[in-house]
Amino acid sequence: MNLLVPLLLAPLFSSAIIMILPNKKLGKILFLTTGAIHLTIVFFFWFEKPFPILKGWLELDSLGLLILSLMSLLFFCASIAATNHLAHTTLLRNRDKTGRKVLSEKKTLAVMLLFLESMTLSTLSQHLGLFWIAIEATTLASAPLISYHRHPRSVEATWKYLLICSVGIALAFIGNIFLSLSITDPGSGSTVSLLIRDLAASGRPRDSLFKTAFIFLFVGYGTKIGLSPLHTWLPDAHSEAPAFMSSLLSGALLNGAFLGILRISTIYTAQGESAFIQRIFMLFGLISLLTALVFMIRQKDYKRLLAYSSIEHMGILALGFGLGGRGVYGALLHLLNHSLIKGALFLTAGNILALYGTKKAPKVRFMLQKLPGSSFLWITGFLAITAFPPFGLFFSEFIIAKTALESGRVLVSIIFFLALTLIFIGSAYLFLPMVLGKDGAREPGKKETPLSLAVPLLLLVLSLLLGIYFPAPLAEVVEKAVLYLGGSI
Amino acid sequence: MKIYSLIVYFFILLFAPLMLGIINRTKAFFAGRRGAPLLQVYFDIIKLLRKERIYSRTTTTAFLLGPRVTLAALLAALAMIPFGKIPALISFPGDLFLLVYLLGTARFFTVLSAMDTGSSFEGMGSSREVWFSFLAEPALLVAFIALARHSGVLSLSSIYASLDHTLWREEFISLILIALVFSIILLSENSRIPVDDPNTHLELTMIHEVMVLDHGGPDLGLITYSAGLKLALFSIFITALLPWPPVNPWAGSLIAGLSLVVISLGVGIVESSMARLPLRKVTHFLASAILISLVALILSL
Amino acid sequence: MYFSIEILILFILLSDLLLLASSRILLCIRTLALQGILLSLLPFLIEKEDLELHRLLLGLLALILRGIVFPLMIKRTVLKVGVKREVEPFIGFTASLFLGVLAFVGCFILDDKLALPISADHRFLLPVAFFTIFTGLFLIITRKKALTQVIGYLVLENGISTFGISTLAKDPWFLEVGILLDLLVGVFIMGIIVFHINNEFDHIDSHQLSMLGDWKKGSITNYLNAEREDK
Repeated sequence: MNLLVPLLLAPLFSSAIIMILPNKKLGKILFLTTGAIHLTIVFFFWFEKPFPILKGWLELDSLGLLILSLMSLLFFCASIAATNHLAHTTLLRNRDKTGRKVLSEKKTLAVMLLFLESMTLSTLSQHLGLFWIAIEATTLASAPLISYHRHPRSVEATWKYLLICSVGIALAFIGNIFLSLSITDPGSGSTVSLLIRDLAASGRPRDSLFKTAFIFLFVGYGTKIGLSPLHTWLPDAHSEAPAFMSSLLSGALLNGAFLGILRISTIYTAQGESAFIQRIFMLFGLISLLTALVFMIRQKDYKRLLAYSSIEHMGILALGFGLGGRGVYGALLHLLNHSLIKGALFLTAGNILALYGTKKAPKVRFMLQKLPGSSFLWITGFLAITAFPPFGLFFSEFIIAKTALESGRVLVSIIFFLALTLIFIGSAYLFLPMVLGKDGAREPGKKETPLSLAVPLLLLVLSLLLGIYFPAPLAEVVEKAVLYLGGSI
Repeated sequence: MKIYSLIVYFFILLFAPLMLGIINRTKAFFAGRRGAPLLQVYFDIIKLLRKERIYSRTTTTAFLLGPRVTLAALLAALAMIPFGKIPALISFPGDLFLLVYLLGTARFFTVLSAMDTGSSFEGMGSSREVWFSFLAEPALLVAFIALARHSGVLSLSSIYASLDHTLWREEFISLILIALVFSIILLSENSRIPVDDPNTHLELTMIHEVMVLDHGGPDLGLITYSAGLKLALFSIFITALLPWPPVNPWAGSLIAGLSLVVISLGVGIVESSMARLPLRKVTHFLASAILISLVALILSL
Repeated sequence: MYFSIEILILFILLSDLLLLASSRILLCIRTLALQGILLSLLPFLIEKEDLELHRLLLGLLALILRGIVFPLMIKRTVLKVGVKREVEPFIGFTASLFLGVLAFVGCFILDDKLALPISADHRFLLPVAFFTIFTGLFLIITRKKALTQVIGYLVLENGISTFGISTLAKDPWFLEVGILLDLLVGVFIMGIIVFHINNEFDHIDSHQLSMLGDWKKGSITNYLNAEREDK
């Protein structure tokens, strides 16, 4: 039996059952089980590639497999964190410890499963129309989760997120229309297939419409990725969402939207417009990098800092893919590592928030003594995300920088290095005092639990492993993905 | 051909006041009353013409000019209106500008005679009257220009003569928008609801009524008759837009009469179903008319 | 039936102008419903042949959703929240209308430049579609009330669908259904969030949703002053 079918149907059915089921404990077990089943099926896909279904509309290629695996792993970790979080809060009449109203437990679990469903769908779609529907669905599924805490700030963040992303995705739809128009022959009236491989192979009568379509698609889906200047929703949404959701948003959702743009870029590369799209990728990448830099310095909110760091890394990804050649390889490695590290960091941040009760970094001090486990994770995560060896990000950024220098793009390399350095300094200003600083700030509540530490630890270890040792199956899939995207190892 | 135009011209001169009667009758019908007889306006005009003339000592000759220039301007304007394919009595390229400025002249002298009375109330009314006409005039002109662009000629008779089925099929949207603008201008220039309430007796709510408040006797008769002529003028703007086939003058007059009746009914229904807009909303109303006429113009380019 | 598409385009155009000029939210909702109904009729007027069953059902679904369900959902939120007027938008209503007319010229120029294949009968269809897209974006940007922004979003989607229907020949039907479902859930969630905004803030003025942000007014001056005070 084709395993894609249960992969897609399981979250949907579980979500429905959880909504109907009155027993909360059973609901939680079902939730965790679905996550586990999803992860297991994806694990099987590494050994045996599934056949495409729906006439090739849903197909898992190597790039999709990479991103799907990240999504599945992060979801599993987030599901553990979510159930942990739900266990520690009194959910009497949907209020948490501080008495604030939160989203009901059933709805939280059900909507998270719908989010998983829509993300899976977006990874598998080979049809631009279906991809559009899936991405819009991810926006809608994640919005209620951002306003999990019914708080003015989170409601504000949700509104910005919903409106900006929906408008962006609407623009991407215009891009879809332009794309099909540019491929149609005038007066033929035949249906245009929006399948990626059909679009790549078709003849192309209209040049300007084709390029215009890319701009619309890039800006549209770029809004979802968080590339500057379309990033305005990201710091708010990622910082106001609860920790388990932030890790998913930064680690999985951004990748999913990026996958769409990458698949679209293969169409353009096949039609010979690679120079055009590379310029656009690099331009937005650099702007995102600089924007993140500006806002990360003197940032006082540690979750917002992590959000801006996501913008920075998405910018580096865009830069890497825009450089082409070996830069694609570097960017793919960067994608893998960033998701793992950012997921771990957000989960740790969630622990800190739960125990200290504040998101402002100046109020969190001397974690080294009070929360030793979390402080270890926090510092390790900081080093990992700012690309210290031997974590994987070091190698990926190294490859990207090397490609930039080799292709003679001196200005790009200078900006890249400067930005990364300044970001490192700026982040250090925030991270280090939290762990080491002794001036008394708030006292943490309870002690940290081992379970809340284990999950981020796992992710960080994986990222460390990716830096040191690259298993052969993984290398094979990565190579296939790089070639699919037109790069080189 | 001129004899046909003359016949229709006199037909309109004769039956214009009937429009006022129909409007009043329609409003009465909606209000549940029986209303004045249809020919009441004629009796009113005749009664007024036979009255004694009384003028205030503060007024000068300017006061006399108002009603008379209005009537003269309207008579001249009506001579330039074609009806369907029947050309007007007077037509030459650019006559549509002359028509709009004849109306402007009429308005100028009306305002002049009103301000001649020296009352501050008339001053307030004059400023209102001029403000709303100021907004209505560009709408009218732009609509006419859009119409001229459709037919490619600048003479009213030729413009309306070229409005046949093919032009309608091609330029449907633009022509409908032009008709819409004409309707709004009709309501504005003839002081109908929603722009102005002709039956109001509260001075602070009057716009056009202020101008005629101090006239009496034969002058008022002339003004009433001119009001009917103006209504007929604007109605013909609208009804002549329809693609009429070329007809003989008797049938043409009949169709003219019928369309006047229909417009009167329409105005009566609008008056009965809406309330008067507050003054600043009237500004928005007329500004939207200007913008709709601009859209019609854009569509015609 | 020559005039049917022309009448449709005319009413879509007038509805756009009305949306730009009106401050009454309930009137905007009714105009949105009208646009939805016209839009669902559009595919049948363009292609007069092959009225297959699934096309008919799709049109019916679009009619019900766009013309009845979405406006009703927004109306419900309006009644729950109690905001009936858009009081002070960033760009006033008459100015919006004027800018709209300017944008209308722009839409014609755009249509000219794009030179998309469309039959001469329907030559106003694309400019009006672009104008609807403009109206939707304009409403989202310049209006303060969150509900008007939702209406603007639906108008934007209406415009995009008009654009798609006029230019593309045939679309697989389940894509249309998918898009409509997306919109349905979207409006549903947006309505809920607007209700939450009202609960938390006691208003739905999105301009005042500015608690989050790194760039506050006068922040540079404050920063410089703070530095000076430290010394």
